[in-house]
Order: sequence, then C-alpha cells, then structure tokens
Amino acid sequence: MMGFPVELMPPSASTSAVRVDRIFEALSLMWLVLCVALAALILFFAIRYRRGSRAERLNPLINSRLLEAAWIAGPLLVFMALFLWSAAVYTFEQQAPANAMEIYVVGKQWMWKVQHPQGRGEINELHVPLGRPVKLWMTSEDVIHSFYVPAFRLKMDVLPGRYTTQWFQATQTGRYHLFCAEYCGTDHAGMGGFVEVMPPAEYEAWLRDGAGSAVTLAASGRVLYAKTGCGSCHGERGEGGPRGPALLELLGRAVRLQSGAAVVADENYLRESIIDPQAKVVEGYPPLMPSFRGQLREEELMRLIGYLKTLRNPAASPSQPGGLP
Amino acid sequence: MTAMPLADAPQQSYLSHDHSLRSWLLTTDHKRIGILYLCAIALFFLVGSLAAALMRIELLTPEPSLVSADTYNKLFTMHGVIMVWFFLIPSIPNVLGNFLVPLMLGARDLAFPRLNLLSLYLFIGGGAFTLWALLRGGVDTGWTFYTPYSTTYANSHVILMVTGIFISGLSSILTGLNFIVTIQRMRAPGMGWFRMPLFIWAQLSTAIILVLATPVLALALLLIAVERLVGVGIFDPALGGDPLLFQHMFWFYSHPAVYIMILPGMGVVSEIIPCFARRPIFGYRFVAYATIAIATLGFLVWGHHMFVSSQSALAGLLFSLLSFLVAIPSAIKVFNWTLTLHKGQISFETPMLYALGFIGMFTAGGLTGLFLASIAVDVHVTDTYFVVAHFHYIMVGGMIMAFLGGLHFWWPKITGRMYPEWLGRIAAATIFLGFNLTFFPQFILGYLGMPRRYHVYPPEFQTLNVMSSLGATVLGLGYLLPLCYLLGSLCWGRRASANPFGASGLEWRTPSPPPPHNFSEPPSIADATGSNPSGDAPDP
Repeated sequence: MMGFPVELMPPSASTSAVRVDRIFEALSLMWLVLCVALAALILFFAIRYRRGSRAERLNPLINSRLLEAAWIAGPLLVFMALFLWSAAVYTFEQQAPANAMEIYVVGKQWMWKVQHPQGRGEINELHVPLGRPVKLWMTSEDVIHSFYVPAFRLKMDVLPGRYTTQWFQATQTGRYHLFCAEYCGTDHAGMGGFVEVMPPAEYEAWLRDGAGSAVTLAASGRVLYAKTGCGSCHGERGEGGPRGPALLELLGRAVRLQSGAAVVADENYLRESIIDPQAKVVEGYPPLMPSFRGQLREEELMRLIGYLKTLRNPAASPSQPGGLP
Repeated sequence: MTAMPLADAPQQSYLSHDHSLRSWLLTTDHKRIGILYLCAIALFFLVGSLAAALMRIELLTPEPSLVSADTYNKLFTMHGVIMVWFFLIPSIPNVLGNFLVPLMLGARDLAFPRLNLLSLYLFIGGGAFTLWALLRGGVDTGWTFYTPYSTTYANSHVILMVTGIFISGLSSILTGLNFIVTIQRMRAPGMGWFRMPLFIWAQLSTAIILVLATPVLALALLLIAVERLVGVGIFDPALGGDPLLFQHMFWFYSHPAVYIMILPGMGVVSEIIPCFARRPIFGYRFVAYATIAIATLGFLVWGHHMFVSSQSALAGLLFSLLSFLVAIPSAIKVFNWTLTLHKGQISFETPMLYALGFIGMFTAGGLTGLFLASIAVDVHVTDTYFVVAHFHYIMVGGMIMAFLGGLHFWWPKITGRMYPEWLGRIAAATIFLGFNLTFFPQFILGYLGMPRRYHVYPPEFQTLNVMSSLGATVLGLGYLLPLCYLLGSLCWGRRASANPFGASGLEWRTPSPPPPHNFSEPPSIADATGSNPSGDAPDP
C-alpha cells in the first residue's frame, strides 16, 4: 500500500481474519465484475440504441422465460456457494477449542474491564499471548456494548444480564484497536482501547508483574464465597448440604430441576442461579436461596463463578484453587 | 402554491378551481394532498440534511471539534428518525403515490378521500411531536432505540419522540389501507392485475408491508414507553426483561421498512425506463412477481441485523441463507430494466438520467448487501461504516434518485409546468458524483473497522472521512439545484402539454395539471397502460 494515501485493508492478526478476508476478496471481485459488466452493458445500449441511431431494431425481445430462468439459476448457485463458505467460517468462529484460555470482560459506560484468571486486571486494554486460543467471557453492567477488534475481524455484543463469548487466536504480535461497536451513550466513541498481542513468554511475565497479580481470580472468588455466606448452605468447599445442592464439578453437568426439566449447568445458568435463584430450582431442595441481585457486581459474579469452576471432587482429584486448568 | 396564474387554462385544473387556504387545508383531493405531503417532507428533508451536514463537518477531524459528544449523538438520532420516518417512508408513496395511484388506475380519487386527509394530519401531527422533541433538547438513542439504553439510561425526550413516530405509524397504516382498497376496487374497466402499471404493483406491495409491519413497530415503541414510564420489566434485564426481544420486534418492522423505502423507487424506475427507451418493459410479469417476492421475503430476514447480538448460531445461519435469497428478485429487476434498453429508442432527459443512476447505485449498493448476508463477513463489518455506506447506497443512491427522477418525470403533470432541462441534467450528474464521493469511501472505512456513531476516531481514518465530507458538500449543492429550479418553474416554466414525454400511462391522457376529478370522461385502457404498454404481454 506504499504510496497510496490510505490503507485499504486493516491489519490481519487472527486465524479468523485470514478466513474472513478471503471471502471479502471474493465478494469484492464479484462486485467489481458485475458492476463493470452492468455499466458496460448500459453504456453499450445507451450509445447503440440512442434515439435516432441507425442500429437495427427488428423483433425486440419483450419476454424470455429462458433468459429469466437462467438469470435466476446462475446467481442462486453463486449465492449458495457464498452462503456455504461464509457459514463454514462462521461455524469455525463459533467453536472455541477446548484448550482455550479464558479471560473475563465486563463492559460498562464507558470502559472495558478485563480480568485475567491469574489475577491481573486491566482497563481498556487486553493483553493476550500469540498463537494461543483465547476465549472471552463477557457481560455488561448497564446497556448493550459490543467488543470489536477489527484486526481479528471479530465482534460480539456484550449484554447486561447474561454472558456472551467470543474466541480468537492471534497470529501477529502488535497493538490493535479495540472498539465498542454498539451505541451505548455519551462517550460511546471513547469506549475503546487496544489489544496487545505478545509472545507467550512476555505475556507470562506481564501477568506476573501487575497490581493484583498476587491473588488469582479463583482465590478472590473463594474469599467472596465465604464472605457472602454461600458455604452455609452449599458447604464450606461446595460439597453441599441439606439446604443447598453440591457445587463440585458442576460446570457442564446436567442438572435436574424441580419442574422436571433438566438443564446443563453453564456459566449463564450459574449466573442466573445467583441473581434469580427461584428461576431454576434444583430437584429435591427447598427454594430457600435469596437473590443476590444488586448485591454482587458483575466482576464479583465472575470471580465467584471462576471459583466455582475450580471446585473438584476431593476424592477424584485434588482441588486447584490456585488457577484454572 | 399561490404563484400559479392559470387563468388562460382551457379548463379548470385541480390547482386553479379554488384558491382559498381552506380549500387546500381541508381538501380531500388526492392530488392536493400529495402536494401538501411534498411540502411537509421537503421541510423534513431539510431538517434531516442539516443534521447530516453538521455531522460531516464534525467528522472532518479525528478530535472533537464542532459539537459535544451528546450533541453528536442527538444529531445522528435526529438524522435517522427524520429521514426514515418523515422523509423516506412517505416520500414516494405519499407524494407520488397519492397523486398518481388514482390517475394511473383511471379513478376519480382514492377509495377513502377523507381517510386520506386524516392520514395527512396524523403524519403532520407525528412530525410536530418529533420536532417538538428536537426543540426541547432532542433524543440520543439512535433511530434504533435499542433497549435497555432507551428505556433506562437515556436522559432525553424519548417518550415524546416515540409518540411522534407512533402517530406517524397510524398515518402509514391508513395510507396503506387506502391504497390496497383503491387498487383492488377502483381500477378502470378492463385493467386486470397484469395490466396494471408496475408503479401500481410497487405501491400495492408497499401498502401491504405498511399494514402488516407497522403495528409491530407501534407495539415495540409502546412497550418502550411503558417500561420507561411505569418501570414494567419488558426489555431491561435489571427489571427481569430481555433486551433482545426489542431487537426482534424492531427489526421485524424495520427490515420490511427497508422495502417500504425501496419498492416504490423501483416502481418509479419501471415507469421511467420504458418511457425513455420507447419500448415496453422487458419481462413485465417477472418484474411484477419480483415485487411481490421482495415484499414477502423481506419479512423473513430481520435476524441479519442481529448476527452478533447473541441470537443462536443456528438462527444466524438461517437468516444468512434467507438474506441471500432476497437478493434474487432484486437481481431480476436490474436485469429486466437493463434489457428494456435493448433495441429501444433511448433519449436522456432528466428523469432517465436519474433512473439509469438508480440502476447503477442500486446494483452497487445491493451487491454489498451480499457482503452483509455472508455471516462471517458481517460479524466484522456490522455496526461499522460499511453498513452505513450500504444502506445509504440503497436509500440515497436508490430511493432519493428514484424520488427525484419521479418528481421530474411527473412534475409537468403535477404543476403543468416544465423545468429547465439542462439544469435538471446538471443537477442529476452533480448528485450522482457527490453521492458516490460521499459514500464510497465509507465502505473502505467500514472494512478498516471504523464503527458507526463515533464523533471521534483514530487519526488514520481522517483522509477517507475528509473525502466523504467533501462529497457531502457536492451532494448538498446538487440537492439545492432542483429545489431552486423546480420552485422557479412554477412561475417561469414553460406550460406543459398533457403528455410532454410521450409516455403511455392513463395519467398522461388527462390535461396537465389534471382537472379536479381527473378525467372528463372515464378512460379506456383498450390499448395501453403505463409500464405495460403492450397490454398483457404474450406470456401464458
């Protein structure tokens, strides 16, 4: 792009970016070919059949079902190919690898708060290691925001009242724009910062030397667990009791509810059960739990859930309150 | 409208038969109501354009310069609300549609003339509420009113503005009903479905969408007001609501509304091209069916506005597939308009320049819709300037081009006067150039990642933003030209004959301007009707 006054393509820094760019380039080529062809055809007709020209005009075509059918079938085939291609890339973008490291993001008017499980937190910046899949767990304290990193070609809305996720694997070290892409009020345009992709060793070093890096997310979640009094029903270490079900190895497990239905316990289920415990009561337990709506901030909920994720059955494997697997 | 001395007109026209103010304000004549709509939407267009101009000045620099963040947010909200509900949606249906539907059908008026007057005043009442909200300090939610921002967090006159849109929605529904009944019941004897001008097909499809979709918008806006006023938890999760519910309701209306805004434009172009190419439209029935197909499929693609909203991945894929399909009928139309030029006797008067410009801009913009239908690409470009550029190609490059084309085409019929042809051509070319210079750079900005609704932005985006603002200046000048010479033509324009362009619709069989009751004797359609001059095309 040297010499041209503006860049035409953003930096490409993730495994998704190359895939999206290829579709974009194919679409752009198609756009160019069709626009030029149409312009040429109109220009040709306009000159050849201008009023009074001597071009032959016998038997003008008024109708041709064959032409129309061909013109429906041709584009349809091309469109379906494009659909399948982009659906494949989208499906890739939707499926985070199982070994992805998890980072927690809270959006609020008008900043991004990021919490790494190892303990370090940051605002309006996100440091990630090169070449490792990263999965973001995101929620909002207030209105809808959208976490957008153009260099990764990825964007996901961040909603109040639930977790959304996105994952990426960075392929280039560097500093890339982070934007809020969903209009969120006065300082919407200022709600952004940078994503910094670092070599893994540098990232590990970065994690160690920041404020708050002494206490892991799960450890601070355990403090909250005790302080909030969760243990009085669910057991000191989540082993359960007569009034509250056990929380060991809960994540991903199917839970049977009083209503007879079963749900898979995921992060959104855990969040709902803390904020609105009566929504889904576990079978065999009385609906005693009070709501913690308004008492725990989203960041605290994330710590608590981060801790719950680490609860292991002591008989099966030693619990690892020190960090996430 | 006062400067129209038509004393020497051979017959009293709808303009000259009564000059009193009362006869204008309480008129039930569809032609006069069309003109009143024209005055109203011209005013709204000026207000909306002013907001756009201030935004483009602000965006000349990456840092805040002209206005504060809050003011900028109110400007784009005002621009969106005014342009969508008070200019684009009523533009062709309520101005040209009102004027032309009865004339094209050979009828004396719409089916319910007094309801038509009520529609007008509801529209003006809704507009007044909206302007009042602006004068009291404006609204900062964006025209999309996303919850929970609009219900819980916005400190501006949301309820007032929502009320204005709600009332104008009633106007839309009544106009839609009026058109459906009129087209169903009042066609001249012998005008079967497939002898109707394509403009009528477009108006019919638009009217059906207006009637079916607008109530959903009204409901969504009503629920916003309920949540804001009474605190009932419908959309705000802090109150136990679901913010996505609003998006589903809003886009269930607002995507079909895109077709409310473009189908009438397609109808206009389908009239202009056969006239200036001097031959019947290619594949009349396919164009008519494509109109219906767009109106139908348009109801099934709203979810493509929500690919990153956290709707399920399966829903995203389905909406992506359907969004590709809706492009097919549009492609048919472009193909048929172009083939209509084949073996024609083409001349290039102002309306034809707009129509050809429409084909180009609609195609260029419509094809970028495929980028957005491609779900993986949309994840990157949604809520960026790519989307802004895309819908402005359809709305400004498409709909406004078609509106201006139609206004020039039927201006002699509406006013009985001709405008200066060379000025018309210069304006059309200026608008075409200004438009492309304004909006093409925004595609690049969007793919680079510049989000929409940003009044400050990283410095590397400045060059493209400056190009866009320069283009907007040219575009603005282009719009001023027709405003001046069309108004001037009312005083100094050459008198128009009944059929100055040699067109073939029924509206051209009556004097320009038409008499109050349109036709001195009921027209016969034995030989010709509008865009389908061949009558029933030889298609089984």
